[in-house]
Amino acid sequence: MTQAEALKEYLLRLADSDMILGQRLCELCGKAPALEEEMALMNVALDLVGQARNWYEYAAELIDDGRDADKLAFRRDAHDYRNLLLTEQPNEDYAVTMGRQFFFDVYHYFTLKSLTESSDERIAGIAAKALKEATYHLRRSSEWVKRLGDGTEESHRRMQEAIDILWRFTGELITPDDTDRVMAEAGIGPDPDQLAKDWRGMVNEVLTQATLTPGAEDAWMYMGGKHGEHTEHLGFILAEMQFLQRAYPDATTW
Amino acid sequence: MYAQLVETGAKRLKTKEEMSPEEREFHEKVDAETKIEPKNWMPEGYRKTLVRQISQHAHSEVVGMLPEGNWVTRAPTLKRKLQLMAKIQDEAGHGLYLYSAMETLGADRDEEIEKLHQGKAKYSSIFNYPTLNWADMGAVGWLVDGAAIVNQVVLQRTSYGPYSRAMIRICKEESFHQRQGYQILLDMMREGTEEQKAMVQDAINRLWWPALMMFGPHDDESPNSQQSMAWKIKRKSNDELRQMFIDQTVPQLEFLGCTAPDPDLKWNEETGHYDFGEINWQEFYDVLKGNGPCNRERIKTRKNAIDEGAWVREAAVAYAEKQKQRAQAA
Ligand SMILES: [Fe+2]
Ligand SMILES: [Fe+2]
Ligand SMILES: [Fe+2]
Repeated sequence: MTQAEALKEYLLRLADSDMILGQRLCELCGKAPALEEEMALMNVALDLVGQARNWYEYAAELIDDGRDADKLAFRRDAHDYRNLLLTEQPNEDYAVTMGRQFFFDVYHYFTLKSLTESSDERIAGIAAKALKEATYHLRRSSEWVKRLGDGTEESHRRMQEAIDILWRFTGELITPDDTDRVMAEAGIGPDPDQLAKDWRGMVNEVLTQATLTPGAEDAWMYMGGKHGEHTEHLGFILAEMQFLQRAYPDATTW
Repeated sequence: MYAQLVETGAKRLKTKEEMSPEEREFHEKVDAETKIEPKNWMPEGYRKTLVRQISQHAHSEVVGMLPEGNWVTRAPTLKRKLQLMAKIQDEAGHGLYLYSAMETLGADRDEEIEKLHQGKAKYSSIFNYPTLNWADMGAVGWLVDGAAIVNQVVLQRTSYGPYSRAMIRICKEESFHQRQGYQILLDMMREGTEEQKAMVQDAINRLWWPALMMFGPHDDESPNSQQSMAWKIKRKSNDELRQMFIDQTVPQLEFLGCTAPDPDLKWNEETGHYDFGEINWQEFYDVLKGNGPCNRERIKTRKNAIDEGAWVREAAVAYAEKQKQRAQAA
């Protein structure tokens, strides 16, 4: 794999994970457990979709086949999507929503932090702005994991269940493949070992404070999103998210 | 504004002689355009009317997120998706801000929300209509936020300080929503396909009359208006506001190249206003009583969100309590 190919692939991964998690949060509109959460969820979603747009725009320039950011977001099918499987998992209850957010935010925070020092200036610029947002996201989701883990008996039970349900999707966040390694070697992407270490460290710290038990480090992990092999959920997410673009392919302006 | 029928509890206006000294002083303040603040004495009817009106308004902001949530997962471009998300976030903020203004009157947010979920509190009837195509996101911004602004600009001068200040802040954002909504329609009309243009006209056909209903019943059918006007909670009558809205909206409609579903709509040279047809008041009262297309779904969604989130809020309270105890023990 050439560096140029890996870079395009890597940008789509960043964009798609932001986009799909943002979409999942959009589904919660009007359904949050409190009005303050309504605002906060939409705020996080807005940040994520905004970041996705920045990554898509850069990806579109490099791919350079006439597709723009919108085409990349709304005209690719599931097998072309490169998001982490974690981000496409359903909202379920608020423990799962927050657990998913927390696992992602830890990964997102350390990834962006490293990307601010990327040898690719465009990436470093996008990451610098995104890192501010992700820092807030992580603070928020960590707080919720602690509140739910160390709140009531019921919230503890639900939060532990959420950790158990989601754990098998976390391996993908910190298991590098060729693309990740090429990016790291080029000084563009984060060092995979460091990312894994940072992710484990912070997850363990927060879960301990939350009186929760993480999954086993050698647990079986469900992976494939980064290569376009998804869970059954993504097809439905895209069917909804891409409805207008598919139903009205001739429309060029909206 | 999203308060269409606010009960004041007054059958007729009191004369100066019938008023207590503090009530007279209150009226003098209102007449002199001095804002009433939370710590000031106020008639119980005034307080209750305000709680009803502000809570109706707050509920409307929150329920109003649902018809937009219906399309936020299906927006056509990244730009439109981001705009809609930002709008929804604003509306949640308006709800929070208004509930806070309401709480300065001694009312409790949870209690008022409970009334909404029991079907005892009102919210704007407009949000009981479905959003059936993407152009509805444009039409809602243009017509619904537009109608809200006409009312709220006037309410910036309402006599209760916290409500007036809330309106000033909220109006800025609503104007932004209105322009954005109109732009959605304009872009589709100018550069869209025939199918897209048909969506725009369809959205206007469905939302036109419900938007006019947002201003409430005719003045002579609105027994509470007189008291609200005397208290300067309300500053202009329903019919006046509706006419203002029509007059500003029809030229925009024509600029779009669309039509209104009203054969009687036409410019009246003599009055300098647009004439328009009669609202279907039966439909208005039906929707207000709960028999609109989406009343059940809207309330059910809101009630489920709060009911199913109870364990989350309980956990947050329990955790905060534990943290407090730990801090004290340390
Ligand atoms: Fe409003
Ligand atoms: Fe609003
Ligand atoms: Fe608005």
